[in-house]
Amino acid sequence: MAISRAERPARTRPTGRLTDSLSATSFHTTRHNVHWLPDFDIALLLTSMVKIVGLIFLVIMPMVAYSVYAERRVSAILQDRVGPNRVGIPLTNIRLAGLGQPIADGLKFLLKEDLTPGHVRKLYYWMAPALVLIPALLTCAVLPFGSELNLFGHSVPLVIADLNVGPLFVFAIASLSVYGIVLAGWSSNSKYPFLGGVRASSQMISYEIALGLSIVPVLLLFGELNLVQITREQSQNGWLLLPISFFGDGPVIEWKRLLFVIPAGIAFFVFMVAIFAETNRTPFDLPECETELVAGYHTEYSSMKFALFFLGEYAAMIIGSGLAVTLFFGGWSLPFGIDQWIIGLNDGMIPWWLGLLHMGVFFGKVVFFILFFIWVRWTVPRFRYDQLMKLGWVYMFEIALANIFLAAGILLLFRA
Amino acid sequence: MPSALFYFFAILMVILAVAVFINRNPVASAMCLVGSFICLAALFIGLDAYFIGIIQILVYAGAIMVLFLFIIMLLDLKAEEKRQIRPLTFLGGMAVVIVLVFQLSTVLYSFEPGRVTLDQRPIDTAVALESRASLDEPGSIAAALERGTLPDVHLLGERLFLDYKAHLQIVGVLLLVATVGVVVLSRKRLS
Repeated sequence: MAISRAERPARTRPTGRLTDSLSATSFHTTRHNVHWLPDFDIALLLTSMVKIVGLIFLVIMPMVAYSVYAERRVSAILQDRVGPNRVGIPLTNIRLAGLGQPIADGLKFLLKEDLTPGHVRKLYYWMAPALVLIPALLTCAVLPFGSELNLFGHSVPLVIADLNVGPLFVFAIASLSVYGIVLAGWSSNSKYPFLGGVRASSQMISYEIALGLSIVPVLLLFGELNLVQITREQSQNGWLLLPISFFGDGPVIEWKRLLFVIPAGIAFFVFMVAIFAETNRTPFDLPECETELVAGYHTEYSSMKFALFFLGEYAAMIIGSGLAVTLFFGGWSLPFGIDQWIIGLNDGMIPWWLGLLHMGVFFGKVVFFILFFIWVRWTVPRFRYDQLMKLGWVYMFEIALANIFLAAGILLLFRA
Repeated sequence: MPSALFYFFAILMVILAVAVFINRNPVASAMCLVGSFICLAALFIGLDAYFIGIIQILVYAGAIMVLFLFIIMLLDLKAEEKRQIRPLTFLGGMAVVIVLVFQLSTVLYSFEPGRVTLDQRPIDTAVALESRASLDEPGSIAAALERGTLPDVHLLGERLFLDYKAHLQIVGVLLLVATVGVVVLSRKRLS
């Protein structure tokens, strides 16, 4: 099929033709007529590759490593301990406040004995850690981590895939990570991991409903499922939870947006609770709850396979924070519509330093949320399992449902 | 969608679907079914139907199959693995499959619009925008079309909630009745 398509006479792409982020793979013939390969849009493909590799290996992975470090340091501060402050540059006495710790931890995990117990189901036992990590990393594809970078006359949008179903994509792929936990629990073939797996599956399914319903008011306001558009709108009219814009097109304070802070605030609360439950963080870490289940679903794991579960949990936490930032706190945008002022000064263009600043702003907000996750973990005690279920089904679900009606009512009130 | 990707996902989907009933272990079958669903979602996405593709993963792979797995894990798998296939059941199953394949092949053979490929009739957002010009309220659909993207979520929502609103309500009531029925049937009788 590919051959017959390439052999047809050269045709330029019609202007109205549907083009989106995935059109990197669409066929069109060029001067160099290669007959056996579809002709890819090399520039788009290259920038996408750079974005994928850069985002995952230069940003998310180090962030995961350093959030483990932050977790240990912050918990130490909260409990009036010192925490890991020794490891610095190897072979020297420079300590750098223990910033070398994640590298040492990573090496330790790689070099430890990788023990596979005799009683496990091998295939699923090996597959499970990957099934936790991969969905968590996949979801970062739709998060807009910056506005656009104008370099050498080219404009590169700082999002890997500009999909029209952004939040749904994140929920769908993130919901697949439950298989990793369930299979880990089941394949370990022992009691505690199994109980952890069963708990994880029912917990994640219960809170997925609250998670999905909680963002409906946000989508009602924006009328849009595209995260790039949602962020751009907030960049012009102020963040959803801070709807003040001095430099946008509209008035400084729009009454509709100001009143909408109430349902948006409730939505944010339900969303955060559900994200805590989905990422199995304390106070909802029942699947690995060490006082009851030893270590829950990863009891039988050791070495790097154990570390992969850890990486998956922290990566999911980063993506959850990223989604919360994008939906409620303006993503990469600066507050009060300052972006519009700077863009206005630069003849409607986004200067390269502003593109970099937007990236910094986005990850700064994400880091803030990660610290919030850590803070909650070391202050709030764990729920009992029946309390967790009751909270999810009786309170969060109902609050989210009522909130949709409230949001729709406010939008109806201000309808032109 | 490049045809190479279509064949990749289609063949993988069929292989995984076959693996669902070849595997004697119910957990392995369930996981193969999940993989098959994900391949189906990839085919939908290849048709520019992002919303349907994502919902396929969200609902079937992310929710329903997790519940399946949840129940399967609580069963006695050893008894299931030892179970013999009875020839009569095998024949009955094969008969259903053959009838279904026959029906599908006759229907698909006479389905003319299915022969049109996206290459012969590309989705032209300019034409789509023109056809909406008669509507009073342009809204976000027109905005998306002007950007050159296909607002499949909006189009689907418009079709569902304007043209088929009565049908949607009836389906909703049906699901509610089924849920209430399950609760009533599974309730423990105290006395």
